[in-house]
Amino acid sequence: MIFGAVMIGVLVTMALALARAIAGPTVFDRILALNTFGTKTVLLISVVSFLYGRPSFIDLALTYALMNFIGVIAVLRFSQYGHFGETESDAHDVAIDDESL
Amino acid sequence: MLIQAIEGVTWTLMLGGVFFAVVGGIGLLRLPDVFSRMHGAGMTDTLGAGLILGGLLFHSLAGTLLLRIAEHPEEGLRLNGVEVHAGDGLVAFKIAAILAFLLITSPTATHALSRAALLQNVRPWAAERKDKSSND
Repeated sequence: MIFGAVMIGVLVTMALALARAIAGPTVFDRILALNTFGTKTVLLISVVSFLYGRPSFIDLALTYALMNFIGVIAVLRFSQYGHFGETESDAHDVAIDDESL
Repeated sequence: MLIQAIEGVTWTLMLGGVFFAVVGGIGLLRLPDVFSRMHGAGMTDTLGAGLILGGLLFHSLAGTLLLRIAEHPEEGLRLNGVEVHAGDGLVAFKIAAILAFLLITSPTATHALSRAALLQNVRPWAAERKDKSSND
């Protein structure tokens, strides 16, 4: 009963975050909404694991919490620099390695 | 009696968490710029997630303890309409791990986001309003 009510509330919050992600207007609004959506997914999986009596779902929630953080930081880096941190010299090294092979 | 008290505490914690989550979601949708929207998102991430996961944590911890002191553990125990298992102590530990991780990463992500927004010259709404009124 209580878990069902909490699940509906979390779903409402996810819908609101999704609306903000669609509306934008800047890329940072979308990343913020993505972060909130991910956190709420973790909550949803935890509550559903209690609702349906499947304790193993908690492991999925833990994994999702870890991946969500890395995903947000990666998208932020990409939006700031236009690449994932590799430099010009890295690309050069790869080219030389290809030649030596 | 004890069972009703435990269920009441779980209800209070989780409904409080849902309240903050929905209010933060409305703030995320209605506030004027990205920096003020971070306030709404931060509320769902700390108070909302904290209270909901706290309620789940309390439910599983109290369930395991009740099962341990029960006179007939083989009969099983129902709490909040859900069967309590002997292995719920491990579940409680995992929920505590999720909670600790969320409380570390969520402010970090918000900090990185606001820094990135400021570096890319997103002007806070309040500063823009001030400029406008001083020009008039």
